[in-house]
Amino acid sequence: MRMRKASYPYVLWMLIFILIPLFLVGYFAFTTGNSTDYETFRFSLENFRRFLSPIYLDVLGRSLMLSLISTVICFILGYPIAYIIANKRKAKTRNNLILLFVIPMWMNFLLRTYAWLTILGKNGIINSFLNLLGFESMELLYNSGSVILGMVYNFLPFMVLPIYSVLVKMDKKLIEAAEDLGADRKTIFRRVIFPLSLPGVMTGFTMVFTPAVSTFIISNLLGGNKTTLIGNVIEQQFIYTGDWHFGSAMSIVLMVIILIVMALTNKGGGDLEGGRGGLW
Amino acid sequence: MTTNIMIDLKNISKSFGKTTVLENMNLYIRENEFLTLLGPSGCGKTTTLRIIAGFETPSEGKVIFSGKDISDVPPYERQVNTVFQKYALFPHLNVYENIAFGLKIKKMPKEEITKKVTEVLKLVNLSGFEKRGVDSLSGGQQQRIAIARALVNEPKVLLLDEPLGALDLKLRKEMQIELKNIQKRVGITFIYVTHDQEEALTMSDTIVVMNEGLIQQIGTPVDIYNEPKNAFVAKFIGESNILPGIMHKDYLVEFQGVTFPCVDKGFAPKEPVEVVIRPEDIQMTTAEDGQLKGMVEEVTFKGVHYEMVVNVDGFRYLIQSTAMAPLGEVIGMKILPDAIHIMKRGEAS
Repeated sequence: MRMRKASYPYVLWMLIFILIPLFLVGYFAFTTGNSTDYETFRFSLENFRRFLSPIYLDVLGRSLMLSLISTVICFILGYPIAYIIANKRKAKTRNNLILLFVIPMWMNFLLRTYAWLTILGKNGIINSFLNLLGFESMELLYNSGSVILGMVYNFLPFMVLPIYSVLVKMDKKLIEAAEDLGADRKTIFRRVIFPLSLPGVMTGFTMVFTPAVSTFIISNLLGGNKTTLIGNVIEQQFIYTGDWHFGSAMSIVLMVIILIVMALTNKGGGDLEGGRGGLW
Repeated sequence: MTTNIMIDLKNISKSFGKTTVLENMNLYIRENEFLTLLGPSGCGKTTTLRIIAGFETPSEGKVIFSGKDISDVPPYERQVNTVFQKYALFPHLNVYENIAFGLKIKKMPKEEITKKVTEVLKLVNLSGFEKRGVDSLSGGQQQRIAIARALVNEPKVLLLDEPLGALDLKLRKEMQIELKNIQKRVGITFIYVTHDQEEALTMSDTIVVMNEGLIQQIGTPVDIYNEPKNAFVAKFIGESNILPGIMHKDYLVEFQGVTFPCVDKGFAPKEPVEVVIRPEDIQMTTAEDGQLKGMVEEVTFKGVHYEMVVNVDGFRYLIQSTAMAPLGEVIGMKILPDAIHIMKRGEAS
């Protein structure tokens, strides 16, 4: 393969910040020993065996389940939003509405998630209101529901934007052609608009599912002990337990799962020859 | 050709905001005819087509289709199909699925759909292309698929919006003939929109020349070419020399100080008129034999003929001839009576 000189900095960048770290993670994952002394490292599959125990598989299962539910909710909410915005006649209206979805993303992720504590908490806005009406306070936090809420809230724009960008670029003549061939509005959506927007949906699925399945902040703040996610377990290995080997192994497993999910969604989109459009 | 009226546009006006695109248009289209809406861009021809298809509703007036008012009928319930300018094939479907799109919506049995798709592919000379993706086709092939996709629904009227615009010249000429053949074979009404006068002359039974939302002239290609009703038509269809003259009496016109016998009559004595002469109708002669005398100022070789500009007392005549007169030479020009076409003054502006 021929490489131009101008590409060297990028190759160097990728080497330092992507390939070497990836290699290190892999190296740690397949070894055991004292994390601070590399002379004690020995090749081993122990980390992976350990991960196969019910406790961790349970956490992994919960992570996959919660992020899948969040992704589906994001899709159910996001598609109509993107559709409605994309169909606004004026470009200015469209841009302003999209901006409304982007602005919260300019705020710190942690802050945005913290905000929900003051809304859902024991003495939060909702419970204060309930008390005012004479009802007892409810436990709104520290369950699967609040984690899903946090994921949906934080990642919804990642679903809306790619779908919107496909819809807004869609050739309106295709819709007219379908209408001309006898399709009513419902049929046009089912047979033309939706299939053509699938690349955007696939991108949206990946962009929501990937950060959701590996998050630890959302589950940390809103989830409590009962809804520990795989992200939390990995975080614990690196920060508290200091077992980098086990943490790396879990990261690798998670990465493989994400890759499989991406391959599956891309295959689904690829069958439609929908290479056009999408956010990328 | 039958004379049954298929579509009748009655007093159609259309404005977008403050811009009027069509003004009180009246036009009927007969069964089985190949009718072309011809005009420069912005003349309202595409809007007329879109009104017939149902994509636009007229601000005023009615669209009558086989005797029924369909002004408020949505496009998907109309018995017309459209071939779009850039084909608008569905990129997520293959050739078969594109063509079958309309039939599937009509819930036609599968065997029948397959049969019809095979037939229509044969009609457009693309047999065996069923499984191909539309992106893998050339422009000309995509065009044929677009025609097949419309025709397979057996519409009573096929609307074509500059369908050959994106093709190169050679392919365009081939497709012109093929389209005309297809129309003869399926025997339905074609309404064709184009800005290419040559295309219109080649294919049409009837040409409707439009400009600025108004119909300028309706007629057969021969009528439109030979008897342009006004200067706009004369200039838009082919090239012409248009100059002021005076009609002395029936069959006698004067221009540039010379009287010419002509075939027009019915003007007032000494009525000022406009004279239209097609460049290929002017004969070159020697300086002595000509009715007019002038100097050759430009010569361009056009392949089949030469195009020359001859200056006669300040008016620059465009003439076309297979013979060439050298630049700077003084030549004579002869114009036969039936080559002279007289229009009322004022229509020409």
